[in-house]
Amino acid sequence: MTVALNGEETGKKVAEAIPGSVVSGDKNSLIVESKSLLQVAEYLKNTPGMEFDYLTVVTAVDYLDYFEVVYRLVSMKNNQSLMLKTRVFDRVNPTVASVTGLWRAAYYQEREIYDLLGIKFEGHPYLKRLLLWEGFEGYPLRRDYL
Amino acid sequence: MPIKTESFYLNVGPQHPSTHGVFRLRLSLDGEVVTDVEPIVGYLHRGIEKLAETRTYTQIIPLTDRLDYLASMTDNVAYCVAVEKLAGIKVPERAEYIRIIFSELMRISSHMMAVGFYLNDCGAFFTPVLYMWREREKIIDLFDMVCGQRLLYNYMRVGGVSQDLPDEFMPALKKFVDEMPRYIGEYNQLIKQNEIFLARSKGVGILPRETAINIGASGPVLRASGVKWDLRKMDPYSLYDRFDFDICTGEVGDCYDRYWVRMQEMTQSLRIIEQAMKQMPDKGPVCADVPQFFRPPAGEAYGYIEAPKGNLGFYIVSDGSIAPYRLHIFPPTLINITALRDMVIGWKVADLIIIFGSMDVVLGEIDR
Repeated sequence: MTVALNGEETGKKVAEAIPGSVVSGDKNSLIVESKSLLQVAEYLKNTPGMEFDYLTVVTAVDYLDYFEVVYRLVSMKNNQSLMLKTRVFDRVNPTVASVTGLWRAAYYQEREIYDLLGIKFEGHPYLKRLLLWEGFEGYPLRRDYL
Repeated sequence: MPIKTESFYLNVGPQHPSTHGVFRLRLSLDGEVVTDVEPIVGYLHRGIEKLAETRTYTQIIPLTDRLDYLASMTDNVAYCVAVEKLAGIKVPERAEYIRIIFSELMRISSHMMAVGFYLNDCGAFFTPVLYMWREREKIIDLFDMVCGQRLLYNYMRVGGVSQDLPDEFMPALKKFVDEMPRYIGEYNQLIKQNEIFLARSKGVGILPRETAINIGASGPVLRASGVKWDLRKMDPYSLYDRFDFDICTGEVGDCYDRYWVRMQEMTQSLRIIEQAMKQMPDKGPVCADVPQFFRPPAGEAYGYIEAPKGNLGFYIVSDGSIAPYRLHIFPPTLINITALRDMVIGWKVADLIIIFGSMDVVLGEIDR
């Protein structure tokens, strides 16, 4: 059984290692500051006891006040998982660091989020629209797109 | 003196017989050798995630049929598992067994198509596919019996399945399960030791173990690279912890291993079906008491299963209304083709078709 890690407890460990990075954590997920996302991701991937080597879903949700980018990390070695989230408050030019350097699983998924929600991933090697064509206006999965 | 040709671009697709759907590959070639490849997808994009935001939870089930159209039943199951997680609905035991039987039948059928078309790409033109089609037809007849549909089933419901099995189903299933090992033996006899097939698939398109994990590959593609990871065993959902079966893995992660893992998984699926037939309660409800319009509590859930092609998941956010606020589909095959570039560079165009065929890609799922 894959154990879903408690976001609150994991958040304490993360905050100890990278001060000022954690926003909040509850039973199901851990929310971190978007500016320290890459640092946290690196910590989660390389720290013994965490070793999240396998990234599954990457997606984003538009809550109108902010965008929430969601990552589900899995550790094959320890058979545990963690929902990692980050929030972006800028609607005009939302930017998050890309995690493709750590997990290539994010390559197409970040392109898809850029395509459908308009969130830019800094450091992505090839950030182009995936499903829609170049020149398409707007981002269909935003809640204010009609 | 080595002769060098100028590198040039070649578009394979979107309408090419071996692209398994509307898929385009932009190749850079040096003579016949592939130097770069860029997959271009989106020709089948129907905006299912956006459509889902305006439909009730029950109305979304037929949309999920149209994802992986060679394995619609497991798409239904994955979606229902996610909604049940979100709304906290408990599925009756008989319904769980029905789901498991259909998931495994679907896995056999999907793997048959994968192997059949893979051999097609290898040059064994349509003979193996028709052999596979013969038995897939029997599986489809079983599906037809319970839901009247042959391709897009719309059979699962949130909380169970739409209707109980008809009386003639169990004898027909038993007949199929008894016959099937003989047919699998027949396929192996035909294919497994064919010298041309071995020459074209052994050692071709190797996906190393570390790369497979890093790109997030799942399903037979991941297992062929030697990673023992199957959600049915590692994170048993439904009632999979009650069954005795093995995780099949490959050794090097070449095209042959991907083929062979699928062939072995068919046998394992038959084992699960046999056990499920014995364990299944004869009577009982097949669907929990769920109204047609229901409002899950505000929140979010990620439900996932081991679909034939890999780890299929649905991330659903509810705002407490009758339609989801956001629905995201996590498609295994889109993630699997991340590694395509690594696997094909340096190989010839003819090998590219084989390597791509061995990935078992369905575009309905990639484009959504």
